[in-house]
Amino acid sequence: MVPLWNRVRAVVLGLLGIAAVVATWDVYKAVGPAEGVLVGETRVLPRTTELAMPHSWEMLQRFSEPVTGLAGAPDAFDAVLDASLFSLGLAARGWLIGVVVGLALALLMSRLRIVESALLPWVILSQTVPLIAIAPLVRRWGSEIQIGGHVWSSEDSVAVIAAYLAFFPVAVGALRGLKSPDRTHLDLMRAYGVGWWRSLLTLRLPSSVPYLLPALRLAAASAVIGAVVAEVSIGLKGGLGRMVIDYAVAASGDPAKPWAPIFGAVVIGLVAAGAIGLLGLVLRPFRLTGVPS
Amino acid sequence: MSTPAGMEPAISVTGVDRVFGKGRKQVVALQDVDLTVADGEFVSLIGPSGCGKSTLLRLVADLDTATSGDLRVFGKGVRQARLDQDYGIAFQQAGLLPWRTVAGNVELPLRLHGASAAMRKARVAELLDLVGLSDFAKSHPDQLSGGMQQRVAIARALAESPRLLLMDEPFGALDEITRERMQNELVRICAETGAAVLFVTHSIPEAVFLSDRVVVMSPRPGRITGIVDVRADGLVGAHDRTERARDEEGFFRAVAEVRSLLHGTPMPTLAAEGLEK
Repeated sequence: MVPLWNRVRAVVLGLLGIAAVVATWDVYKAVGPAEGVLVGETRVLPRTTELAMPHSWEMLQRFSEPVTGLAGAPDAFDAVLDASLFSLGLAARGWLIGVVVGLALALLMSRLRIVESALLPWVILSQTVPLIAIAPLVRRWGSEIQIGGHVWSSEDSVAVIAAYLAFFPVAVGALRGLKSPDRTHLDLMRAYGVGWWRSLLTLRLPSSVPYLLPALRLAAASAVIGAVVAEVSIGLKGGLGRMVIDYAVAASGDPAKPWAPIFGAVVIGLVAAGAIGLLGLVLRPFRLTGVPS
Repeated sequence: MSTPAGMEPAISVTGVDRVFGKGRKQVVALQDVDLTVADGEFVSLIGPSGCGKSTLLRLVADLDTATSGDLRVFGKGVRQARLDQDYGIAFQQAGLLPWRTVAGNVELPLRLHGASAAMRKARVAELLDLVGLSDFAKSHPDQLSGGMQQRVAIARALAESPRLLLMDEPFGALDEITRERMQNELVRICAETGAAVLFVTHSIPEAVFLSDRVVVMSPRPGRITGIVDVRADGLVGAHDRTERARDEEGFFRAVAEVRSLLHGTPMPTLAAEGLEK
C-alpha cells in the first residue's frame, strides 16, 4: 500500500535525519581541531574539547546517572522527566489561555472593523516587548489579584507569560481565517438570512481551520519557550528553566549534564507539536481545500 | 398568504437608482430602472461589464440596498422577501462549502432554517435526482467538475422550493459544451418547478435560449435600453423550449435584435418589427 510505505519512509527519513546530526557532531568532535576553527579572531566552529562538546553517547549516558554525588539523589532521567512534565503543564496552561484570548480577540476584530483598527497594532506591538521586562510586572500585578480562595502563585505568572507569547499567532491566524470566506459564501449566508453567530459556526469557523492549525502549532512552540524562559525570569523552581541554569553551573566538572534539560525542552516541544498534530487529525475534514492552493 | 400565487409579479422594480461612492468619485451603477418579472417568467439581464446587471440582481436579493426607488418581490419589500426565503440564489462561483458533502451542501439552507432530518433527507434525494447527481451525494465538491458543482449550487438554490430564482452568471465559468448542456438542464428544471427566474449573463445566445424576455442594459449610467420579447420572435415560452430552439429562425431573429440593442445599431430591428406587426 502506498500510504503505508509513505508513512514508513517518513519515519525512516526522520530517524536518518537525527542520526545525521549525531554523526556530524561526533565526527567533527573526532577530527576537528581542539581550538575550533578560527577565521581571524572569530571562531566559526566550536572547540572540540570534552568541555565544549561532550560525546553524544555521554550525554545519553548521563541520563542514567544520579543528578549529584549526594546520597539518595535521583537519576538525571527522573529529574529531567519531572521538570519536563512540570514545564509542559505550565506551557499547556499558557497555551490554553493564549488560545482563548487569541480567539476572542480575533472574533472581536473580525466582528468590528473599528476594533481591528484599534487592537491589531497593539497586538503586534505586544510581541516587541521582551519577556524579561514583563515578567516582574506580571508577578507584581498578579500578586494583587485574588479571586475567591485562589492566591496568585508563581506558576500562574509563568502560565500568563507563556500565554502572552502564545496568543499572538492565534489572534493573527484566526483573524485571517475568519476573514477568509469569499464573497459568494458571505452573500449566501446573508441570502439565507442567518445572523452573525450562525454564519460564524456554519462558515467562518470551519473555513478558518486551515489558518488556525499552523497558528495553534506556532502557539504551542511559543508557549513552551515562554514557559521555560518565564521560569527563569520569575525564579520558579521545579521546571526546565531553572534546571538549565542549575545544571549549567556543573558544566566544568560534568560537561554532559547541562545537555540533559536541553533535551528535555526539545522533547516537550515535540510533544506539544504532536498534540496539535492530533488536533489536526480531528479537524481533518475542514482542511479540505479551505485555502486556495 | 393574502394574495394568491400568480397575482403579484415575482419582481417589480420601480424607479430604482443605485449610486456608489460620494462626490467626485461617485459612480451611478443604476439609473431610473423599471422592470417587472411575472410569476413563472424567465427574464435575462444582459449587457457589457459595468452596466449594473449584477447590481440589479443584488438589489432584488437584498444583498445591496438601492439609493432610491422601490423594489418588491411577490409584493413584499426585498428584506422581508429575503428573510422569508422567497428566492433561491446561485452565483458565478458555485460557492459550495468544501468541507461538506454534496448532500450536505444541498441541505444547508434547510438545516439553517430548521427542517427536520427526515424532511431534509427526502428533499435532498429529490433535488439530486432533479439535477442528475444522485450518485454523488457523498462526494465532496473538490471531486466534481465545474459543471457538476454548478448543478449542486442550483439544487441548493431550489432546496426550499422558491417561486423565484436569482442567478448571477451561473454558467459564466463553464466551457461552451458544458454550458449548453447546463442551459438545457435549466430549461427542464424551470419547467418542472415553474419558478420565475432573473438571470444575469454576458452571452446573447444564452439569454435568448433561456428567456421569455431579454432585458438589454448599457453602462455609465447603468440603465435599461430595451427589452426583447423572445416569444414575439416566434419561439415558444421558455418552459416549453427544447435544445432544437437554438436552430429555429426566431432564435436567430431574437439574437440579432438583442445584438442590435447592445451595439446601438438599428439595422436588424426591421425584421423584428416586421414580425410584430
